[in-house]
Amino acid sequence: MLRFIARRLLETIPVLFVILTATFFMIRFVPGGPFTAEKAVTPEVMRNLERAYDLDKPLWQQYTRYLRNVLLHGDLGPSFKYPNRTVNEIIAGKLPVSLELGAEALVLALVLGLTLGVLAAVKNNTWIDYVCSSAAMTGICLPTFVLGPLLVLLFAIHLGWVNASGWDGPADRILPCLTLGCVYAAYIARLTRGGMLEVLSQDYIRTARAKGASEVRVIFKHALRGGLLPVVSFLGPAIAGILTGSFVIETIFQIPGLGREFVNSAFNRDYTLVLGTVILYATLIIGLNLLVDVVQVWLNPKLKFE
Amino acid sequence: MTIFSLRAFIRLLPARHSLGDGGSPVLRPLSSVLCLLSSVFWLLATTGCLKHGTDVERGNREQVLHRGTGYEIGNLDPHLATNISEMDLISALFEGLVTEDPTDLHPVPGVAERWEVSSDQLTYTFFLRAGAHWSNGTPLTAEDFVASWRRILTPSLASANAGLLYVLQGAEAFAKGGAKDFAQVGVKAVDARTLQVTLAQPTPYFLSLLTHTAWLPVPLSVITVNGPAYERGNSWASAGHLVGNGAFTLQSWAPNQRIIAVKSPAYWDAAHVRLNAIHFHPIDSLDAEERAFRAGQLHVTYALPFAKGESYRRDAPQFLRADPYLNSYFLRLNVARPFLNEPRVRRALALGVDRDALAGKILRGGQLPAHAFTPPGTAGYTPAAQLPTDFAAARQLLVEAGYPGGRGLPAFELLYNNSENHRLIAEAVQEMWRRELGVQVRLVNQEFKAVLEQRRTGQYQILFSDWVGDYLDPSTFLDVWRTDSGNNHTGWSSPAYDSLLRSASLTTDAAAREAFFQKAEALLLEAAPLVPLYYNTHIFLLQPSVKGWHPTLLDHHPYKHVWLEE
Repeated sequence: MLRFIARRLLETIPVLFVILTATFFMIRFVPGGPFTAEKAVTPEVMRNLERAYDLDKPLWQQYTRYLRNVLLHGDLGPSFKYPNRTVNEIIAGKLPVSLELGAEALVLALVLGLTLGVLAAVKNNTWIDYVCSSAAMTGICLPTFVLGPLLVLLFAIHLGWVNASGWDGPADRILPCLTLGCVYAAYIARLTRGGMLEVLSQDYIRTARAKGASEVRVIFKHALRGGLLPVVSFLGPAIAGILTGSFVIETIFQIPGLGREFVNSAFNRDYTLVLGTVILYATLIIGLNLLVDVVQVWLNPKLKFE
Repeated sequence: MTIFSLRAFIRLLPARHSLGDGGSPVLRPLSSVLCLLSSVFWLLATTGCLKHGTDVERGNREQVLHRGTGYEIGNLDPHLATNISEMDLISALFEGLVTEDPTDLHPVPGVAERWEVSSDQLTYTFFLRAGAHWSNGTPLTAEDFVASWRRILTPSLASANAGLLYVLQGAEAFAKGGAKDFAQVGVKAVDARTLQVTLAQPTPYFLSLLTHTAWLPVPLSVITVNGPAYERGNSWASAGHLVGNGAFTLQSWAPNQRIIAVKSPAYWDAAHVRLNAIHFHPIDSLDAEERAFRAGQLHVTYALPFAKGESYRRDAPQFLRADPYLNSYFLRLNVARPFLNEPRVRRALALGVDRDALAGKILRGGQLPAHAFTPPGTAGYTPAAQLPTDFAAARQLLVEAGYPGGRGLPAFELLYNNSENHRLIAEAVQEMWRRELGVQVRLVNQEFKAVLEQRRTGQYQILFSDWVGDYLDPSTFLDVWRTDSGNNHTGWSSPAYDSLLRSASLTTDAAAREAFFQKAEALLLEAAPLVPLYYNTHIFLLQPSVKGWHPTLLDHHPYKHVWLEE
């Protein structure tokens, strides 16, 4: 297993390198630059600006310099949009917010989704199943940009229990977590139900029942382990997405997370911030996919680390 | 629903026969989840985490203003700030030689308690008040202004607003790196409380210009402690470091969340400042901002989403404000392109737009139809020449140019950036030209910076544009169309126009100056490198408890004159 992990980690190095290089050059070829603004600055000011950020150097020099700073010093450079913040500071300030929101939403999604999914599978084709499945279907169909404002309308504007936006107190976490969590819960519920139904019809479950295992034991010890496989492979990329922040949720609720920065930096042509967030996001996705592979082998005895 | 009723509800759920006793254990997780959720709400409510009253209600009692700033604030360094929200916030933290009257923004004494102007209007002598202090208690001197203006003009700082100081004698040469000696620039500290300023040419709007953030004093002694003073990336303009001289001082800054400025006890006029604090909320989604306003989190919003205007006009007009604004919307015509290089075609396009319909039927937010480029009432100036809507004359011009009924003209491309009301206006103009002139237009929609890049490189035919005045003077509009202007972008160049504006800048006679502007604008409208569309209004939401928030042409609201009253 260690060899498997080591090999996979080695493989990530060229992948990350290609992503970094492609992003570096792609963002440079997008029309407009970080200092393109409604009111044009004079040519000499533009020259001074470019000199201040080394943008007047040839592109390959900028690239090698950037690579050197990232690899040797872990320095992602200064932000163009926010002159007195570095990309490292921005990520350090905003990633924890996204992580917190993501983790809370993920817990909610797992608890809610697994419960509904198991319930629907065990009570297959009863009204409980129909209620759970319809709830999941509704959750999948309702995009966050509809659900979020609806929750705000109800809880913040009509009932006045919580704020419509912001990230100050614990109460400000409720609505964003609910919005983000519900959508993932819906997916998890459907995947769990499908996985469980398949497993519950298998021979080894019948064997377990025949041996006199209690129903609780059958479901939670024998069936759930196999039934969770589709959920686990879904969770890899999902967790990366949920943890690095959601642009839509962060915009609706004005949460100071990294998801908004990921999108806005591209609009602002904030070259260094684009690169910083892309590298972070890529690393997370690769890391979590590896984790998923490990967990899958652990859950499914039929798979091996080869 | 309480925890207990939820439990009762769960117990009512039937168990499935085939699973025997398995039913209730499976249901248990659901029951516990629902219990957990309701306990969380209950706990939050009892421990006071849920809201008791709104921020606005609390703010009204405690004189704390909650202000939406729209975009995220990137920078609070007066010399480096570029967007309107940053400048607005900076105006609370710093004060220039002169400041603005809250009702009509005319210059009133700020750090300077009085000033004298020489008869040739080239030399201004400012007398600084004795009580002027930095927020750290050190006195503010004339030398501070000299050092600040030197900083913004230094090339390595690369300030985008350095050009505003070019009215100073010798400033342009220094900023372009030609002159190294700052003593050649027209600003001198005669003594600690006397500042003498020499201008390159008479500038009747100089005092208005001085209210711009580019002219604000910055504390060089504080800046140098935090890093190189004449380079970017210095972190002095952050909470805990920033020292200003305004009515408020920076208390905290949480990026993308909230910036808090509190009343400064060191301010010379602190006795007349009524707000205790201002909370700036950078909410970049207008829809989210409007919801926050409705939830009682904001006193003032940055702007109202276009689509919500109608329902506020109908249902809640007491919150809605539409203030006049120095903002002119127009189409740029690229005169370097075939067909558009023909003045009669351009003039026909300009005559063939029904501006009254654009303002009155489509926008419906108090916008005025633009029959010229400069908004009426800009520092008392109103354009004499008016561009009418005259479809018959437009058709006649097309006939004269050899394109009767638009035959022979290609389909023009009208480029605009993603925005709801830009699309509406572009579609209306497209239809007017098609129906009335037979001119075909293809609409091209692109992302904002991509549009700006095409504007810079001249890769467009017709471009949806707008212009916001920087200060109260017609030159902030008419200078756009000078040949050497960095903001012209149409390729249009008229020596006669340039010379009229130069004459206006050299005269000290107000009436003659206005006449030069009138002539220049008439010439501009005749040549038509642009199609004026409408003068915008600033539409936003305001709680009735906010007092002293006057409609001003630049959307400036000096915070020292604002207060809250239920």
